[in-house]
Amino acid sequence: MTGLLESLGQHLTILPILLPLVAGATMLLLHERQRRAKGIISILAAAASVAAATSLLLTVNDPLTSEVVVYRLGDWGAPFGIVLVADRLSVLMVLVTNVLGATAMAYALGRWATLGPRFHTLYLLLLMGLSGAFLTGDLFNLYVFFEVLLAASYGLLLHGSGKRRVKAGLHYVAINLTGSLAFLVGIAVVYALLGTLNMADIAVQATLLGPADLSLLKAGLGLLGVAFFVKSGAWPLSFWLPTTYSAAAAPVAAIFAVMTKVGVYVILRLATLLWPAGQALEFYGSSWLLYLGLATVIYGSFGVIASTELPRAAGYLTLVSSGTLLAVIASGDVAVISGALYYLVGSTLGIGVLFLLCELVSRGHAEAPAAVGPVFSDDFETALASEFEGVERGVTLPLTTTLLSTAFFLIAIQLTGLPPLSGFVAKFAMLSAVITSGANGYANAPGALAWWVLGVIVASGFAALIALTRHGVKQFWAGADTTPTAVRPFEALPVALLLVLLVALTAFAQPIMRYTAATGAGLRSPVQYLSSVLPNPEAPATPEGEH
Amino acid sequence: MEVVLALGIGVLTAAGVYLVLRPRTFQVIIGMSLLTYAVNLFILSMGSLVIGGAPVLAEGADVSKFADPLPQSLVLTSIVISFSMTALFLVILLAARGLTGTDHVDGEEARP
Repeated sequence: MTGLLESLGQHLTILPILLPLVAGATMLLLHERQRRAKGIISILAAAASVAAATSLLLTVNDPLTSEVVVYRLGDWGAPFGIVLVADRLSVLMVLVTNVLGATAMAYALGRWATLGPRFHTLYLLLLMGLSGAFLTGDLFNLYVFFEVLLAASYGLLLHGSGKRRVKAGLHYVAINLTGSLAFLVGIAVVYALLGTLNMADIAVQATLLGPADLSLLKAGLGLLGVAFFVKSGAWPLSFWLPTTYSAAAAPVAAIFAVMTKVGVYVILRLATLLWPAGQALEFYGSSWLLYLGLATVIYGSFGVIASTELPRAAGYLTLVSSGTLLAVIASGDVAVISGALYYLVGSTLGIGVLFLLCELVSRGHAEAPAAVGPVFSDDFETALASEFEGVERGVTLPLTTTLLSTAFFLIAIQLTGLPPLSGFVAKFAMLSAVITSGANGYANAPGALAWWVLGVIVASGFAALIALTRHGVKQFWAGADTTPTAVRPFEALPVALLLVLLVALTAFAQPIMRYTAATGAGLRSPVQYLSSVLPNPEAPATPEGEH
Repeated sequence: MEVVLALGIGVLTAAGVYLVLRPRTFQVIIGMSLLTYAVNLFILSMGSLVIGGAPVLAEGADVSKFADPLPQSLVLTSIVISFSMTALFLVILLAARGLTGTDHVDGEEARP
């Protein structure tokens, strides 16, 4: 038994990738009618991934063990083989992804999973792609995991079909395919210059480049940046995002909230590896990251106020969240990054819950989304016809509306950044660090810029407050004459669990902030990351003229 | 050789970008395919061009006589991925055509 546990511990890093992959592939063998079996398998796989991510987090946070766990695929060492790297940042991201993934999956089992074929498989593959993108230490492997998660997300976005989803899907696929091509060109340029695709090795080799090659490298990184900015929804590349997210089915939109954070994560990872500590994170050789982030926050805030539908407002809130992160991490200060990571956890979970609530709230007002024609017609009709008739009403909980409005109230407090929930703590930590790091934080930017960042982010909180108050009034007061909302306990439970987690995030702010502070410190002096991935970073392992 | 390849990549990219920005879904998918070809050629050329060289190293051989195997394996992966994505895009394109009754990318004709 201990032997088994020990070997399981050795392979812990790859479990968040393998578990959903195996479970998802297994479910392709089951018929669409075996929905109970599918539901159980997918919940078990997602829960096991959460457990694996949690124990991985405890491992990297344990002062007695190494804070960077390197898993060599096929036992080939870096930089020749592909490695998975679990450090504090990637493990935190994997945990947030899987917690939101597992709860949104549980929510979906009540109703959404019955709306079309192969929902569970696609959902688990999306989780696999997300975990893989966070864990990999290789640039091309990152591209592959990006494609895995994108391919799954294309299918999930179309889940339930309908004109609105297909129209949004067309734009979503087109822009993401183009973004992936920019990603590939960037990878090719980086490989041509450095002869390596391992992220740690890229960081080492980039220091040895001459000035002429360095500008070409910056161009290559700029192309990579375009792909990541499309993902994270930075301003001029984000017009597709609110439409897409509001068209997607509720549990799908909830997990899509993590997808914008993939872009932020990769930018943070590469920028901290490539630009040494004490400098602002540049990524392009100028302060673009900061200005793009601010522009995104401003655009998102206007969008939040202008939206007449709640899901659309939630889509714009996603933009505000990732814009805030981009603008703030550009500072490169350890304390700022620490606050930003704490903000990331709270805002990602918060937006996820908001997307779930949107659907529960609007259920009383509008009829169930009309499934027009199926896109894939094979076993769609049997699934739809057999079960969907009887379950339309569900069990009407007493006090449903009260509970829903309480949940909505909590989420509004979280997302606007009012005390006492973690949104406030996070913004306070972030912005006070921005001010105290002052001009040092934004090295290339004028000194007053920190106050601009503060002003824009606080103003975005006001915009969210106005919009969410208005939507709350519309949904819970003005709409009181409509039929009571039917919420099944199956669906209320995941939402309640996520709300409890948000409260816990506030209550245990101190240990969590200690963790994110250690994460920030590890990111700004990536010695441990480099020495763990590369056996001997001083003498680059690539012999001269290897390619 | 280098000039021909560079010109080819340039022409494919220019045509691809033009077509991707057109309003008809079929033009977009053709443009996407052309862009994919251009990017794949670009990746292949990044390992520096070698004619008639094997991509497998022998012990003690002169490295400059061999082709770089890594871009070849990268391009194989990217061909497979972009091919499947094009197929998926085609399905969405057909679904959009069926549901909206038009081949405009916005699902409705632009107002004059």
